[in-house]
Amino acid sequence: MNWSDAHISDVLVIGAGLAGERVAIEAAMNGHSVTILSLVPPRRSHSTAAQGGMQAALGNVAQGYGDNPDIHFEDTVKGSDWGCDQEVARIFCEQAPVAVRQLSQWGVPWSRVVPGKRTLPDGTDIEDLQEKAGLIAQRQFGGTAKWRTCFAADGTGHVLQYAMDSVVVKLGVTVHDRCEAISLIHDGETCFGAVTMDLRTGEIRPYLAKATVIATGGYGRIYGTSTNAVINEGTGMAIAQDTGVVPLGNMEAVQFHPTGIVPANILVTEGCRGDGGYLLDKNLHRFMPDYEPVKQEIASRDVVSRWMLHHIRQGFGVDSPYGPHLWLDIRHLGPEHICTDLREVHTICQNFLGIDCVEALIPVRPTQHYSMGGVRTNKNGDVYGLKSLFAAGEAACWDLHGFNRLGGNSLAETIVAGMVVGERVAEFAKEQSLVFPFSLVQDAMAAQAQRLADLRSRKNGTEDAFVLRHRMEDTLLNNVGIFRTAEALQEAVTTLQGLYEQAQNVRLRSSGLGPNPELLAALHLPGMLRLALCISYGALQRTESRGSHYREDYPRRDDDNWLKRTLAYWKPGAPMPDLQYEPVNITELPPGSRGYGEMPIDKGE
Amino acid sequence: MADRLLTFSIFRYNPITPEIPPRMQEYQLEETMGMSLFIALNRLREELDPSLMFDFVCRAAICGSCAMLINGRPGLACKTLTQDMPDRITVMPLPVFKLVGDLSVDTGVWFRHLNVRTEAWIHTDKVFNPEAIEERMDNPTAQAIYDAERCIECGCCIGACATANMRADFMGAAFLNRIARFMIDPRDERPMAQYFDVVGTDEGVFGCIGLMACDDLCPMEIPLQGQLAFVRRKMAQMALKCARCK
Ligand SMILES: Cc1cc2nc3c(=O)[nH]c(=O)nc-3n(C[C@H](O)[C@H](O)[C@H](O)COP(=O)(O)OP(=O)(O)OC[C@H]3O[C@@H](n4cnc5c(N)ncnc54)[C@H](O)[C@@H]3O)c2cc1C
Ligand code: FES
Repeated sequence: MNWSDAHISDVLVIGAGLAGERVAIEAAMNGHSVTILSLVPPRRSHSTAAQGGMQAALGNVAQGYGDNPDIHFEDTVKGSDWGCDQEVARIFCEQAPVAVRQLSQWGVPWSRVVPGKRTLPDGTDIEDLQEKAGLIAQRQFGGTAKWRTCFAADGTGHVLQYAMDSVVVKLGVTVHDRCEAISLIHDGETCFGAVTMDLRTGEIRPYLAKATVIATGGYGRIYGTSTNAVINEGTGMAIAQDTGVVPLGNMEAVQFHPTGIVPANILVTEGCRGDGGYLLDKNLHRFMPDYEPVKQEIASRDVVSRWMLHHIRQGFGVDSPYGPHLWLDIRHLGPEHICTDLREVHTICQNFLGIDCVEALIPVRPTQHYSMGGVRTNKNGDVYGLKSLFAAGEAACWDLHGFNRLGGNSLAETIVAGMVVGERVAEFAKEQSLVFPFSLVQDAMAAQAQRLADLRSRKNGTEDAFVLRHRMEDTLLNNVGIFRTAEALQEAVTTLQGLYEQAQNVRLRSSGLGPNPELLAALHLPGMLRLALCISYGALQRTESRGSHYREDYPRRDDDNWLKRTLAYWKPGAPMPDLQYEPVNITELPPGSRGYGEMPIDKGE
Repeated sequence: MADRLLTFSIFRYNPITPEIPPRMQEYQLEETMGMSLFIALNRLREELDPSLMFDFVCRAAICGSCAMLINGRPGLACKTLTQDMPDRITVMPLPVFKLVGDLSVDTGVWFRHLNVRTEAWIHTDKVFNPEAIEERMDNPTAQAIYDAERCIECGCCIGACATANMRADFMGAAFLNRIARFMIDPRDERPMAQYFDVVGTDEGVFGCIGLMACDDLCPMEIPLQGQLAFVRRKMAQMALKCARCK
């Protein structure tokens, strides 16, 4: 390796989704040279797929009057089932309105308030006042006391990402797309950047920086079926944990979204229910009010998903060649509403189900959707365990979401965390000088070169990367889903441990030359399996139910023993994660009732 | 559904191995219910040829990654269902863009370059005040901006465009639409003359020869023809004004 091979900047941001770009913008505006890496062009990041919206307490619409950050805070903490960091939730709720308004100035075409009277699908009459005309409109999402979710028709994530990237382009921030970080360069105390693979040529190269930021999004694809984009493989979390000193927080907290369509597993937004849609069973009975008389379809996601699966287990699912599902009914919202504010849903139904949801029911079932867990940071975004390393967005466990994220709080998190962490990164980089230990960089490069050479030489091994991967996906899907038991989790841990061993023995069928897809699959597999093990083992150890983590053998929240966050470390060469725990930061709202999801769930037959 | 055996004829070329010339390679797969090209290509890769390169991200027709020539027509592979196709399906990479390998093309660099060239961001002198509430906008304006903003930069309109296929510097329907988006946005303070410098040229709106393949092919069904006409009208008015003041 020569120094001339190295790409050097003040700040290296791994990930060009909303979180990564927002951090990059803050750092660039503070005068730093910034490089963003991404697997794909920024505007194809998974953030663009978000349809529904972003929460911020503006109080602009009739059903949101009187809203403020305090109420948003309370909703978020209850939603998290008291698992979130309350200091972080407070910062977040105060800043979310600023974030929304700044994005408006950057060009986001937020839907706007149209004054007048109207009747909601449930018969309630409301009036949007003239004095609020033209302010940013807000819709209802689950688990919130007020209508708070700002949206741009049916494509909020798309317009946010385009506006954000337009600022990145304007500022001239360097973006290297088709460039993957495959390991971090560190000495056990400080992070110096990352070894990357060029996905156009398959070559590796060091990227060095004073500050490195992980903003690589979620890991949904380790589950066989997920609403996530196919690039969401959790590699950013995996390389951080692989340092041996960085923990992943609360990996057992996995969100299942109530309405993935069957069989394509594409999400239709929570906006469908927020705007008044119903869930129906095989008898076309609207069952949610039976279980949740107050919040009905718009209780938090963990609760709705649980009742849906429970209802299916009771025999009320609709049979299909792809297994039982339920129906989402939005017909009564009317063609005009469906074709504007829910147009994406309409298009998805047309493209992937061949149905017109203005007239037809939509087949849905709960589907893996979001990772509350991730690279553990403090409230400023500093990663535990390594200096000069930061994290933001879905890849991070900043811990805004605890054990259940509210719809609309993730887009808001990416941007608010982007601002907060970006500020911290900018300040940090000002105080650092550009010094890199040559031998360390050389060793990090050599280790990755060796890994690739071993795979490409195809001398050893017998295992097929794709086959192992599908076994991992099935194991998580079947054993580490919505309802969990010690038995199923133990079985998952055992199977995954076996797969992890086998994954060291992969032999490519193809040459592995260049940015070969089989090579990449083999390269990602061990890291993905480590994440799978952290989730399963963390879930096995946590003998309580909290938010999305529901143990049938321990159906109650247990604050005496489990009001704490799991920290999963992976020591070099270890076969299993090392789990430690830390207390949850409770500053304002002591644990209490969520106001939904209280009714006990009988075990289905 | 009849059990069909589908034949895929796929363009293969990997710049890493230039000694192997570009070629069409055939594969066969049994059709399954609801099969899309996303499902089919992934099965081909996993079962028959793990070196096959292609791009998918959202697999829901949202991100614009998977545009290809499918039986000669640019389209999004993830939303192309095999049930709508004949037994023989030919898949080629999108033209105009640089080839990465097999079906994968480099749209990212092309679009970034044009975003820079057209200065596709809000131009304003206003300084953001975090204490203030947002500036108002009426909802129809917001919706009109949104309608143009729905472009997913998939490149179908560029791949289909006769002018773009002939001249590398033509900005194509995607960017004429993008320009229209900023023109109608009251937050963008650019004077018309500034737009004129960017698009009032043969690389811009006057390069279009009006075949309108873009309009038929846009997977987002953006009325590109209308957007083009709008920009052209604005530019023509501008040109007239300039002629008058001379
Ligand atoms: C279908 C869907 C709909 C959603 N709707 C909503 C909604 O309505 N409201 C809401 O609040 N939330 C929603 N969410 C959640 C929300 O969209 C995401 O949590 C959020 O966008 C994540 O943003 P991010 O910036 O953290 O990551 P992403 O947008 O996923 O970006 C990750 C980036 O990292 C890059 N990357 C990854 N690994 C590497 C690597 N190893 N090297 C280099 N680069 C890498 C990728 O290329 C990408 O640029 C939705 C999620 C889904 C799946
Ligand atoms: S994969 Fe996103 S548009 Fe096809």
